[in-house]
Amino acid sequence: MNFAFTEQQGELARNARRFLQKHSATEAVRRAMETERGYDPALWQDIAELGWPAVIIDEAYDGIGLGYVELVALMEEMGRALVCAPFFSSVCLAANALLLAGDEAQKRCWLPGIAAGTTTGTLAVAGDIAATRSAEGYSLSGSVTGVIDGHSADVIVVSDGVELYVVPGDAPGVQRDVLPTMDQTRRRARLVFDAVAVAEDHKLAAGSGALPRILDRACIALAAEQVGGAERCLDMAVDYAKTRTQFGRPIGSFQAIKHKCADMLVQVESARSAAYWAGWCAATDDAELALAAPLAKATCSAAYFHCAAEAIQIHGGVGFTWECDAQLFFKRARASEQLFGAPAAHRDALATRLGW
Amino acid sequence: MDLRFSAQDERFRTTAREWLEDNLSGGFAELRGRGGPGDEHADVHGRQAWEQTMAAAGWTCLAWPTKYGGQELSLAQQMIFNEEYARARAPGRVGHIGEHLLGPTLIAFGSDDQRARFLPAIASAEALWCQGYSEPNAGSDLANVQTRAVLDGDRWVITGQKTWTSLAHHADWCFAMCRTDTDAPKHKGLSYLLVPMHQDGIDIRPIEQLTRTSEFNEVFFDGARAAKADVVGGINNGWRIAMATLGFERGASTLGQQMGFKNELDAIIAIAKDDGAIDDPLIRQRLADAWMGLRIMRLNALRMLAAAGADGSLGREALITKLHWATWHQNLGKLAMDVLGDDAEVLAGAPYDLGQLQTMFLFSRSDTIYAGSNEIQRNIIAERGLGLPR
Repeated sequence: MNFAFTEQQGELARNARRFLQKHSATEAVRRAMETERGYDPALWQDIAELGWPAVIIDEAYDGIGLGYVELVALMEEMGRALVCAPFFSSVCLAANALLLAGDEAQKRCWLPGIAAGTTTGTLAVAGDIAATRSAEGYSLSGSVTGVIDGHSADVIVVSDGVELYVVPGDAPGVQRDVLPTMDQTRRRARLVFDAVAVAEDHKLAAGSGALPRILDRACIALAAEQVGGAERCLDMAVDYAKTRTQFGRPIGSFQAIKHKCADMLVQVESARSAAYWAGWCAATDDAELALAAPLAKATCSAAYFHCAAEAIQIHGGVGFTWECDAQLFFKRARASEQLFGAPAAHRDALATRLGW
Repeated sequence: MDLRFSAQDERFRTTAREWLEDNLSGGFAELRGRGGPGDEHADVHGRQAWEQTMAAAGWTCLAWPTKYGGQELSLAQQMIFNEEYARARAPGRVGHIGEHLLGPTLIAFGSDDQRARFLPAIASAEALWCQGYSEPNAGSDLANVQTRAVLDGDRWVITGQKTWTSLAHHADWCFAMCRTDTDAPKHKGLSYLLVPMHQDGIDIRPIEQLTRTSEFNEVFFDGARAAKADVVGGINNGWRIAMATLGFERGASTLGQQMGFKNELDAIIAIAKDDGAIDDPLIRQRLADAWMGLRIMRLNALRMLAAAGADGSLGREALITKLHWATWHQNLGKLAMDVLGDDAEVLAGAPYDLGQLQTMFLFSRSDTIYAGSNEIQRNIIAERGLGLPR
């Protein structure tokens, strides 16, 4: 029993934090979020060179074959830095989908590119895509909205509710429109498919039945990102409360502020326990993974939104400005809270999985 | 990161579970489920006899060094034992104030003579202790203690009043914070005295709580005596010693308590399934939330174990424990009532015979008050955990 990062896992997290403090400070985040692509390709290349996209991909597919605990450590740091990059979409969505639903040939085809960061990917679910048989394989028509990094992904794993298909982002018949979003740090796109031809071998071996397991793992990664974001909000609020003076005293000396910060810490530490447990379950394929994932997503979503909202409140009027970074985290918190199920949906899923 | 206990720890768990199963039988069987919060007055003599049986088999003082009669177990094994103890619904401990609060304090700060005189009777469950901290005007502001102790030859003479004293009417001894220097600043004039309870000059009056039961007492000292040598940690050094005791109270001894909460939650879930409340979307959400909060409590405890120093000292994670469990448990009490609905209104009998969940609901109002109120906990977290200015 040792519910803590190993020395190597801790080192990975510390190195990631140092790297991101330098390369993904909020000035860089603000620059990236104003671009059409939504991220800085140079930063993405650096991240790829560090091997992060390869972390959960087996060595057989040119990955580095670490595990989900390492992914959780990295996602926490990326959440803390509010990184703009196609990491979540490529690794936590597309690579997870391929790992869980692809056959050997399909994994060999796409995972090495994702591991190297040269191929980006995403997952498109919950649209009205319909597939029909064609001479070469399948023809997909319909639309999906809100697809993460859907405008720029090289490959898109698409669900028609029955099967999963891999579609190149630039395939004929695919129209992709970036959606303007409240949270500008993570791009969303609307995809329209008009008789898009998909080859037979681009239908993943396991169908949409694998989606719950894919989304459980995606939610665990997202939960870890939320822990990092929530803690950053707490840190910003505490730093501000120590320096901002009113009535001749630092506002952090007032119990009204202290108690807010204390409650934030309880939520951050509880969220961390939840995300780390879920990460360990994913790393070891533990039987409780199906419980840990909704627990982590519901807990970490609520913690992040709470901490981001309180960070604005503790910053007072300053917190309401565009210039103050709290708003960036607040918007990411709101967006990620809803992504792949709001907390209430996850609590309900948990109850169902407990047999209630 | 590894969330599995070692094979050795799992064997320890099996041994503990089997011993509890085998021994909570015969006359002790009826103690199962008794003596918890709100029921601390239940069969104190029977529970003490049970603890003497535990002591004889080496199941008390798990954290203490062996040279003081303890078992010197790892934090992980202490947690495992606490979990198994709760799983077996073994009775609430009457000796815990001696074992978990005074014992570690004497081991850290007591004289050799004090350790030799007091520790063996705690380890064997022969002597029961109570804690003399709170007073009518010293609650959250604990340093405002007014009870006076004046040296008279080789005796301390004690005058004043303590309150909220658990088990005072059964205790043989009390560790009491007393003012020994009225001229010093309030934190600097206190001493930590060991006072025998069976003497003239001590009057114990039960406090009738909102449960209409009396676990807590007022204790009046009117010329009560304590030996001159029975100051722990030196005269006028009592604040430091008292804070250390509070640290033990908030520390490792709470590991594993969530298993007792699990028994309560399971009972509520069973009722909700039975009466259909579990299909009410709002109740279902709250039950899921309670399940999550309980699991997180255990995960937080496991992280606390991992972060603990080799000396058993605890990190930042430990600061949130009390606030988290107290708030969770109080919410569970309300949830239990909402699951039962209007049926919860009717008592088992007159004049005020509360059922288990009714007791839990009412008693849990104290969770967020005793042993440092939620407000004091938040101050501690903010100042010690986050470094906010006083």
